[in-house]
Amino acid sequence: MCAIYKRELRSYFRSMVGCVFVAFLVAFTGIYFTAYNLTAGYPYFSYTLSGSLIVFLVGIPLITMRSFSEERKNKTDQLLLTAPVSLTKVVLGKYLAMASVIALPNLIFCLFPLLIKMNGTAYLKVDYISIAVFFLLGCVYVAIGMFLSSLTESQMIAFLSTFGVLLVLYLWDGILGFLPSSALSCMIGVILILSIPVFYIWQMTSNWIVSAVLEAICVAGCVGTYVMHAELFENLLTKLLGNLAFADVFTGITENQIVDLGGIALYISVIAVFIFLTIQAIQKRRWS
Amino acid sequence: MIEVKNLVKKYGEQVAVDHLDFRLEPGRIYGFLGPNGAGKSTTMNMMTGYLGATEGTIEINGHDILKEPEAAKRHIGYLPEIPPLYTDMTVSEYLYFAAELKGIAKKEWEKAVQEVMQAVRLEEVQMRLIRNLSKGYRQRVGLAQALLGFPEILILDEPMVGLDPKQIIEIRELIRGLGNKHTVILSSHILAEVREICDYILIISRGKLVAGDTPENLEHLLNGQNTLELEAKAGLEETRDILKKVPEIIRAQIERTEEGTAFAKVHTEPAGRNGLGKKTDVREKIFFAFSEAACPLLLLKPSKASLEEVFMQLTQGGEQIQETGSDASFSMKEEEGSEVSSVQEEGTEASFVQEEEGTEASFIQEEGQLEGSGIKGEKKEGGR
Repeated sequence: MCAIYKRELRSYFRSMVGCVFVAFLVAFTGIYFTAYNLTAGYPYFSYTLSGSLIVFLVGIPLITMRSFSEERKNKTDQLLLTAPVSLTKVVLGKYLAMASVIALPNLIFCLFPLLIKMNGTAYLKVDYISIAVFFLLGCVYVAIGMFLSSLTESQMIAFLSTFGVLLVLYLWDGILGFLPSSALSCMIGVILILSIPVFYIWQMTSNWIVSAVLEAICVAGCVGTYVMHAELFENLLTKLLGNLAFADVFTGITENQIVDLGGIALYISVIAVFIFLTIQAIQKRRWS
Repeated sequence: MIEVKNLVKKYGEQVAVDHLDFRLEPGRIYGFLGPNGAGKSTTMNMMTGYLGATEGTIEINGHDILKEPEAAKRHIGYLPEIPPLYTDMTVSEYLYFAAELKGIAKKEWEKAVQEVMQAVRLEEVQMRLIRNLSKGYRQRVGLAQALLGFPEILILDEPMVGLDPKQIIEIRELIRGLGNKHTVILSSHILAEVREICDYILIISRGKLVAGDTPENLEHLLNGQNTLELEAKAGLEETRDILKKVPEIIRAQIERTEEGTAFAKVHTEPAGRNGLGKKTDVREKIFFAFSEAACPLLLLKPSKASLEEVFMQLTQGGEQIQETGSDASFSMKEEEGSEVSSVQEEGTEASFVQEEEGTEASFIQEEGQLEGSGIKGEKKEGGR
C-alpha cells in the first residue's frame, strides 16, 4: 500500500496535474480572500472558502480521472493486481494519495485565518473546522471520481462523468424542488431508488432468482406500507434525496456556523461506500 | 509447482479456456504454444491471479491463487504480454517501486534491483525515463520487474518480443540458467525459440490442451512416416525411375530446380530393424540406387517433422486444413517454378549458416516451404 501511495503521489506532482490543481485552487481562493477578507474586511475565512467550492467541480475530476482508467488502458493494473498486495490496499493506496493531493492546498489555507488574525478579529475555530470539512468534502468527491474512473478505460469519460455527477450534486438543492411530494409518487420514487441496488446485485451476481426475490420484497414492502400508512411517504423523496446535497453540510458551517455532526458521519460513510464500490468494480472486471 | 485443475474461462458465451489440466514441476522450463487467441495469455493471466477463473482451481506451491492470493502471488514473477510500465518513472525508480510492491524487505531492495539490472543489462539506462526508452529496453525493464527477487515461478508472456538477436541469446541463457531451480513458463510465437529453450512444450488450441511433451517427443509424433530430401543431377523422369527401385519409398514429390537438377521429397516407411536387429536406413539404399544409375547425388538428408509441422497439425481443425489445402494446390500450380527456386535458395543458404545457428537456419527453410502452401502472412510474422 505504501509503495502505491508513494508512487501515485510522486506521479501527481511529476505530471503537473497535482501542481496545477494546487496552484489553481490556492490562486482562486487567494483572489476571493483578497476581495472578501482583505478588501471588504469580512472576518470569516470560511465564507471565502465556500466560494472555492466551485473549483472542486473541475479540479477533483482532473485528479481522479486517471486513477484507474489510465492503469487499465496501459495495462499497468496487471502489475498491481498480480503483486502480493490485496486489492483493498491497492485502492486505499491510490485513494490516500489523491486525498493527500487535496490536503495540500487545505494546509496552505490554514495560513489564511492567521493573516486575518494579524489584522484584527478572526474566528479561528469556525475557520479551521470549515477547512477540515472542506477537505472532507473534497475526499467525498475524490471517492466518487475514483469509482467512476474504475468503470472506464477512457480518462476523458472518467473526467466528464465525474464532472457531471459533481455538478448535479452541487446543484442538487435546486433539482430537489422539482421532485413530487405526493405520497403515491414518492412511493414510486422509493421503489425506483431501491431498484438501483437490486440491479447492482443482479449485475454483480448474475443471479436472477435472488435479484427477483429482492425486488419483489422491495415492491411489496413499499406498497404494503403505502396501503397502511400512506402519510409516511409524504415528502419522503425530498427528505431522502436531500441528503445527497453533500455540500450543504459544508455551507451550513460557512454560512450559519453550525457544525452538523450527522453530516460529517454521512461524508465518511459515502467515502467508505465508494471505496467499497471501486473495489467491487475492479473485482467484477476480473471475473467477466 | 503449479497445479491447474479443470480450468475454464468464459467471456460471456465465448469459451476462452476449456477445461485445462496440467501440473508444472520446478526445475523445468515450459513452453506455451498456440495460435493467436488460443487462450495462452488468458491462462497466464489466471495463473497469476489477474483474472478469475470461471471454473477450476490453480494452486501455486500449494496455495490456491483465489483463496490465498497474497501467499500465492509471492512466489510468482510475471511479465505480461504488454510490459506493465509506468512511463513517467525512471527505470531504477520503477524497479524500486516494484521491489517494494512485491514485499521485498527494504534492506534488500538495493541488492535485488542491482541484480536484475545486471541480469538484463539495464545499468546504462537506469536513470532514463521509461517513456523515452525503445521497445527492446521496455521489454527488458518488464522482464527485470518479473525477475525481481528471483521468485520460484516465472511466468513470461512472450519475453523475447522486441529484443535484438544478441539480447535474445543473452536472455535465453538467463532463462535457461533460471530453469535449473525455478519453474519457468514462457509463451512465444517463435517456435524455434521455444524448441531451443524449453524442456517441455504445452500446445494449446482453442482453449484446449492438445499436446504436452518434450520438443523431441513432439517431433517424433509426426516422424512415423520419415521424410527425406534429396537433390540429384538428373532429369525428372530419370530420378523417378531410380527412386522406384527402392521398395521402402511410399511416395515422392519431384520438382525441377532452376539449375536443372531434380529436387525430391521422399516419404519412406518408418525406420525398422532388419533381421539382425540393426536399424535399417533407407538412405543407404537410395545412395546405392543412384550410384548404380551413375547419377550424381548432390544432397540427401532427412527432413524431420519440425515443430512447426507438429504445431500446424495439432492446432488446425479439419475445416481449416481443407481450406489451406485448396489454397496450397492453387498456389503450386500458379507459381511452381518460382516457389521451388525459393525453397532451393533458402535451402542452400540454410546449409551455410547451419553450423552457427542451426535453429535459425532450419526455420528459414521451413518458412520457404510454408510460403508454398499459402500460409505466408502468419509464418512470416513468426519468423521475424
